[in-house]
Amino acid sequence: MFSFFKKSPKENTSPAPTQEGWLTRLKSGLKKTRDNLQNKVSGLFTGRLNDEWFNELEEALILADVGVKTAQLLIKNLKIKAKEERVEEAAELKPLLRSMLIDLLSPLERSFDPDRAKPFVLVFAGVNGAGKTTSIGKLAQHLKNHHYSVLLAAGDTFRAAAVAQLVAWGERNQVDVITQEKGDSAAVIFDAIQAAKARQIDVVLADTAGRLPTQLHLMEEIKKVKRVIAKADPSAPHEVILVLDANTGQNAITQVKAFDEALQLTGLIITKLDGTARGGVVAAIAGECPKPILFIGVGEQLDDMQPFSANSFVDALIE
Amino acid sequence: MLDQLTERLSGVIKTLRGQARLTESNIQDALREVRIALLEADVALPVVKRFVEEVKTKALGQSVITSLTPGQAFIGVVHEELTKLMGEKSEGLSLLAQPPAVVLMAGLQGSGKTTSSGKLAKWLKEQEKKKVLLVSCDVYRPAAIEQLKILAGSLQVDFLDSSANESPVAIAEKALDYARRHFFDVLIVDTAGRLAIDEAMMTEIKALHQALNPIETLFVVDAMQGQDAVNTAKAFGDTLPLTGVIVTKLDGDARGGVALSVKEVTQKPIKFVGTGEKLTGLEVFHPDRIASRILGMGDVLSLIEDAQRHVDQAEAEKLANKIKKGLDFDLEDFKSQLIQMKKAGGLSAMMDKLPAQLTKNIPQQGGVDDKAMNRVEGIINSMTQQERRFPGIIKASRKKRIAAGAGVSVQEVNRLLNQFEQMQKMMKMMSRSGLTKMMRGMKGMIPGLRG
Repeated sequence: MFSFFKKSPKENTSPAPTQEGWLTRLKSGLKKTRDNLQNKVSGLFTGRLNDEWFNELEEALILADVGVKTAQLLIKNLKIKAKEERVEEAAELKPLLRSMLIDLLSPLERSFDPDRAKPFVLVFAGVNGAGKTTSIGKLAQHLKNHHYSVLLAAGDTFRAAAVAQLVAWGERNQVDVITQEKGDSAAVIFDAIQAAKARQIDVVLADTAGRLPTQLHLMEEIKKVKRVIAKADPSAPHEVILVLDANTGQNAITQVKAFDEALQLTGLIITKLDGTARGGVVAAIAGECPKPILFIGVGEQLDDMQPFSANSFVDALIE
Repeated sequence: MLDQLTERLSGVIKTLRGQARLTESNIQDALREVRIALLEADVALPVVKRFVEEVKTKALGQSVITSLTPGQAFIGVVHEELTKLMGEKSEGLSLLAQPPAVVLMAGLQGSGKTTSSGKLAKWLKEQEKKKVLLVSCDVYRPAAIEQLKILAGSLQVDFLDSSANESPVAIAEKALDYARRHFFDVLIVDTAGRLAIDEAMMTEIKALHQALNPIETLFVVDAMQGQDAVNTAKAFGDTLPLTGVIVTKLDGDARGGVALSVKEVTQKPIKFVGTGEKLTGLEVFHPDRIASRILGMGDVLSLIEDAQRHVDQAEAEKLANKIKKGLDFDLEDFKSQLIQMKKAGGLSAMMDKLPAQLTKNIPQQGGVDDKAMNRVEGIINSMTQQERRFPGIIKASRKKRIAAGAGVSVQEVNRLLNQFEQMQKMMKMMSRSGLTKMMRGMKGMIPGLRG
């Protein structure tokens, strides 16, 4: 169930990462989140239920960046459930919370299927420093391991040395990178799609410059990027991905909403989950503006890019 | 920035209206709103709890002076406490070391260290007239050194090249030696992003610190970070003797909770805030002003400073004289004003600093459009000198030509001419009756202010 490409015909030939391996990594990646929730939460799952107990649970959730709104909603439902099932001991609530979190997060699961089109075009958007370029590097490696041919489009023409950064990733992965001396991202990506068609490439990964949702002119610019991509290939882009730093707080909601409005996102990539980051913001997103999560970044290694599974995520979070 | 916090707190005052004095029961709701507002702004929970307690104690002890409503009194307490939370006064960089004074940058991946290094170099060069050397010890992220090199080039600040094959400590020692021999005032050392739990990397930055003995060790933190920001800050603070904090991307959106909690947790002052993607986007952090901004009182002082920094005094005086003499304010003047405004960071940067009462009628999302100013400039550029001086002569056929020249519709040209006409009236009014009346007439007249 954790296979990288659910429908990939090439899957059998690919060196699929072992379940064990990545689950451990996810767990260790999320260890801090867990520690954090655990210090608060598992210590909490003892004793009898009362209002104070629920307040403490709410705080633990807020500390994990679940957000006030979603935390309050979870607590409210948990209280109702507790009453319904006549739960009096805190310990009995743990499986209830677990299943509630899984219910909340499982709509965010989605498989990634680059065989839908050729070339399959992905555009990466996000705020400055979210990890777009690094995510592209990791994903390129992943795709290559699964025997897809990949082309990178250096669409971040704004930040100093962003192109050089992507080129370095391309060299590491032995993947070609399309760049332009001077030009805007739309033009570079357009070129890359044309090149991919000519070279029979499977997947195009298009980088863009980091931008904050409040920078309206830059949001307009990225809309244009999308329009121009459709000119190169009417069915493209096949995925429009927002790259989100797991360290982000409630601002993540604003980011998802703003980028979705501008670009109609098809999915998210959550990066830097290996840090002290809490996955909590994912729950906030699921509660307020659900978008499927295509991958999560759980480490510094090239292959530490994993599909998202609600079950494992919640397990890693509260087990 | 921080709008939502401001909004919530404005709501709080309303609930307190009509109350005779602050009591435990009537400030309960207000306190809860403050708590939620701060948590939604990603202020760290422990900080929020302490803050709310503090405000409660202070507010209850507060006898409401007759001239103040309880709401105002409550806000007064919140303001005072907010200021205290962020550090009482603004603390600049300390460069009192035998040159070169070394500034070491540290932080998580993607927090904005490299961009901040560039901005800081520019600030030191221009504001403090220092001779600055930049060097990058980031041998890990592809092209990180290249990035700083390009920034340095565009800032015309000296840059010492390094390569990904060298060890960070070796680069640092080389840079220090170079800076000494070439009499630089300040050496800014950019480092790789690192996780506080990554022991090897934390040991490395400790070694860097030892080799450099920096006078300033600045922790760079992303304003959009969540609850974990304080843990990270604390972990860095435990490893490195930090001297201050730079909060970046503070223009991003409503939240800025990090700014509130980081001082409390690290006990280190916030020295700068980074706003905007341009290299001018670095401001000295003024706690009291930010507190005012949060409470919707506006940050007029920063606005004035911005203006002084970017506005061409001679231009401004020329215009003032012209108006005083009762001469006509023409489109050429209008354009030069637009250019000045753009130099000061554009409308949106200015709007951030205006009191909430003035800006609340402007839609939050997409309210201010700096691009509209460019269009107006384009339209004016498509006019002849004659037309700029005497807009009255612009009739249908000229309008058509101007619209075609600027790549806009005739309606847009019309709109500009209408706006300009009103502005001209206002200018005349101002020369007669002063500024207050003008401000009243100002609504909806600046291009780019929709709504």
